Formats: sequence, structure tokens, C-alpha cells
Amino acid sequence: MRLNELSTRLSQWFSPQAPLSDIVISSRIRLARNIAGHKFIPRCSEAEKRKILETLKETILSLGELGDIFFIDIERGSGLERDLLIERQLISRNLAAGKGPRGVVIAKNELFAAQINEEDHLRLAVFAAGLNLDKCWKRVNEIDDIIGKKIAYAFSPTLGFLTACPTNLGTGIRVSVMVHLPGLKMTDQLKKLFESAKDMNLAIRGLFGEGTEAVGDFFQISNQVTLGISEEKTVEDFMTLIIPKIVEYERIARDRLLVKDAPVLDDRVSRALAVLKNAKIISSHEAMFLLSNLRMAINMGRLKEISIDTINELFLLTQPAHLQINKGQNLDPEQRDILRAETLRAKLN
Amino acid sequence: MQCEICKTRPATVHLTEIVDGQRTESHLCQHCAQKEGVTIKNQLSLNELLSSLIAAHQQTDEQSEAEGQISCPVCGMTMEMFRKQALLGCPKDYEVFEKSLQPIIEKSHNGNLTHKGKIPSGASLAPAKPGLKDRQKMKKENKIEELKKQLEKAVRDEDYELAAKLRDKLKALEQ
Repeated sequence: MRLNELSTRLSQWFSPQAPLSDIVISSRIRLARNIAGHKFIPRCSEAEKRKILETLKETILSLGELGDIFFIDIERGSGLERDLLIERQLISRNLAAGKGPRGVVIAKNELFAAQINEEDHLRLAVFAAGLNLDKCWKRVNEIDDIIGKKIAYAFSPTLGFLTACPTNLGTGIRVSVMVHLPGLKMTDQLKKLFESAKDMNLAIRGLFGEGTEAVGDFFQISNQVTLGISEEKTVEDFMTLIIPKIVEYERIARDRLLVKDAPVLDDRVSRALAVLKNAKIISSHEAMFLLSNLRMAINMGRLKEISIDTINELFLLTQPAHLQINKGQNLDPEQRDILRAETLRAKLN
Repeated sequence: MQCEICKTRPATVHLTEIVDGQRTESHLCQHCAQKEGVTIKNQLSLNELLSSLIAAHQQTDEQSEAEGQISCPVCGMTMEMFRKQALLGCPKDYEVFEKSLQPIIEKSHNGNLTHKGKIPSGASLAPAKPGLKDRQKMKKENKIEELKKQLEKAVRDEDYELAAKLRDKLKALEQ
């Protein structure tokens, strides 16, 4: 499998035919695991990291249950390849920026990724489109069981799965849901959301942006407490409480916009469309912002000529690494802005 | 309210008892309550409480201080290194620096200190693999822990009927 096979198509988890997918883009569950008898990554020698990598890589690649999977060597890969995998949410910035032997096993359908030698020896992740955490948990739990039968994990009866960072201790589970909240942003209610999330021990991060900045109003909501709460309870809280509440608030905000500010909303959408269809140079930041407006308008029934699929595809195709890999060459930021505008015009006109 | 027994002195002891789901209330005076064998548990004096807390605290401090001087025999990690990078060096560190890590773990996990959830299905070479008995014991302990929390909440909410039910369940489990 070559990476440019990935770069030209849409991730399966980016599908519009999924529960609540007008607001919830995708669900992800990852488990942090370490092999018993080895040091954690920060204290591992190069040789020990290599041994861990080989053990985990061979074990996972030999599992027939995972279907079509392949290994990508992150240590030897180019910066562009790493960036592509980050843009597709298959690896973390931490793995990309790490040192020494490390890599990732990915399912061809991109619904499974096992990062090896990230902060922990193994980070198993399963993805799904829309709000579908039950499915993710069932799948990642099965895979974890199978690997756990072949490899002894570092585990303590009182502290659970032992992780390099005490914040992941216990279940080692990180439940993450990517949501699109332009309504809350436009009605100035994000601060309220952040505050209540903090009270509930949740982390909210902006997506697609550098660091914590949220470009295009995409946010990732994740649990932080992993000790003393079972995996099922964590998943259940997200499925029945946290995400439905956020979706409800976003819907109310969108309805309010329609009632109060329909002309403002429509004006914004028309302007966004005009720029995206005509610009000759456009930054990643501006493109994301405008595409986000279109996405909301389509989901609210205010824009019918473009499909959600096209918008979702453009979110990925206009990212820096996607542009360069699809073009087959390294481009500086100015060249990328021109190519991005070309890509948008071609898809939207 | 008058005492239910002597019917003269004012009732100052109010007792709600729940036995096998049956709720009974009695209101007695101090004198009759003592005669009936209703004793109110002597509460720990504030001084005693404080000194025991301080002692416990001192002990923890001493242990943490001792942990501050050592390095892990497996990975060479020290608490100072941990404070810098916020990552541990090996699973053993959780034992070696137990006391120093405890407040950090508690803070990151909303006050929790005990694992609840998945237990690995178990590779045969796992050195710390819990046996079947241990696993059952852990499950039972998890359950007890859960019930205790529910009980505390029931008492806080003054839902004594639920509290009594939970207490009976706990008793059965702990036997």
C-alpha cells in the first residue's frame, strides 16, 4: 500500500451516513498499553525500542482478524508522509515528532490504527463515522483481547494498565468525539461549553489547527479520567449524556440563528461560496473557515447545490500534506495556497 | 415532642432503624435511651482527629521525602526527573514512588485511586498476572467499592431506605 492511495480518497470515518453526522463527524476510542518487562519509552534504549517495535509489529500484522492491514515505518518515513497521516488523524503529532524506532499499523479502510512506540509501547485506536462509540469500544476491546493473549501487558490489580504518564493509568482509554459546532460559535456560546466541559473533567481541543486553535469550528471532546471508571461507563456517559447534550445545544443555536439572523446566515454562506469558487490564492485557515460555513448551511438545508461528501473531501484534500502528495512534489506555502485555490475551484464549479 | 417511653421528659434522641426493609422510628429522652441501650457513638474529639491526621500526614511526608532521595532500581528514574518530563520510566516506578505519585494520580483522576474495568485476558508469561482467585477477588472488591460509594451518596441524600438496602448488600458481600 502506498500512501498516495490514501491521499486521494476520503476517510471512511468521514462519512455523512452515520448517527448525528450533521454535527458529530467521527468517534474514536484508543487504548494505551505497555508490554510487561520493558521500560517505558522515555527510558528505553534504541535497541529496546527496536525490540518492542518488532514484537508488536509482528504480533499485530499476524492477526487475521484485522483484515487488510499494513505497517508504516515512521522513523524512516518522510516528513510529508508523517504529515499526511496526521491530517488523516491516523497518527499523533507526538509519534511524528518522536525519536528512534517507531511506526504504525493501519487498516486499509482507515478504521483501525496501532501506533507503536508513541508515548506508550502501544496505542490501539478504532474509528467510526458519526456518534458510534459502542461499535468502536466493542471492536477495540476485541482486538485488545487478542493481542493481550499473545503479549503480557504491564498491569497492576490496583492501578490497572500501567502507562508512562499517570494521567492514562487504569483503563488507558481515551474516548474522543469530533464535533462541528459553528452554531455555538456564531451565537457566542463556546466559552460556556468549555467551562462545563472542565467541570465534567473533559478535554476540548480544536481540530485541524495548530496546537489548540480550532480552525473551522471543529472540536475534539475527550475524557480525562481513566482510573476508577470502567470503560463501559466512560463510553456510556459520552453516548447518553455528554454528546447528546452538546448536539442539542448546537441544534438550538442553529435554530436560533435561523429565526433571528437568517439573512445574515445566508449572506455568509453566499460569500463563502463566492470566495471558494473564485479565489486564486487561499490559505488553509481561510479555506477551512469557509468550508465550515458551507457544511453548516448544507446541514441546515440552506444550501442544496453541494453535497456534504464534497465538503468533507475538500477538508482533507486542501490540507498541506494532501496537496503536496497528490501533486507529487514539495511546495512552499505560497505555491500551496495557489494549488489549494485550484483544487477548490475544480471541485466546486 | 415527648419521650415515647416515660412520656414526661422531652425527646432528644431520634432514632430511625431499618431492619429487613422495615422502617421504625423512635423518639426518646436521654434517660430512657440509655436504659433502652441506645448509645450514641462517642465522637472522636476534634483534637484527637487533628492529631491523627497530622501524624498520617507526617508519615506520608517522610515517605515521600525518602522517595525523593532514591532512584528506581529498574530504570534509574528519580522523582526529580519525573517532575521535569511528567513521564515515568518503567512500571516499577509506580511501586518505588507510590507515596509521591499518589496525590498526582488522585488529582488527575477525580480523586480515584483504584482501577475499575478491564482486566487483561492474560498472557501466560505475565509476571504480575492475577490468578483466577485474584480476579474474582478484584471483581468483588470493585463491587464493594461501588456499593460503598452509593451508600455514602444515599446517606448524603438522606435516603435511608436505600442506604439500608445497600448496607445489607455490603454486609452480604463482605462476609
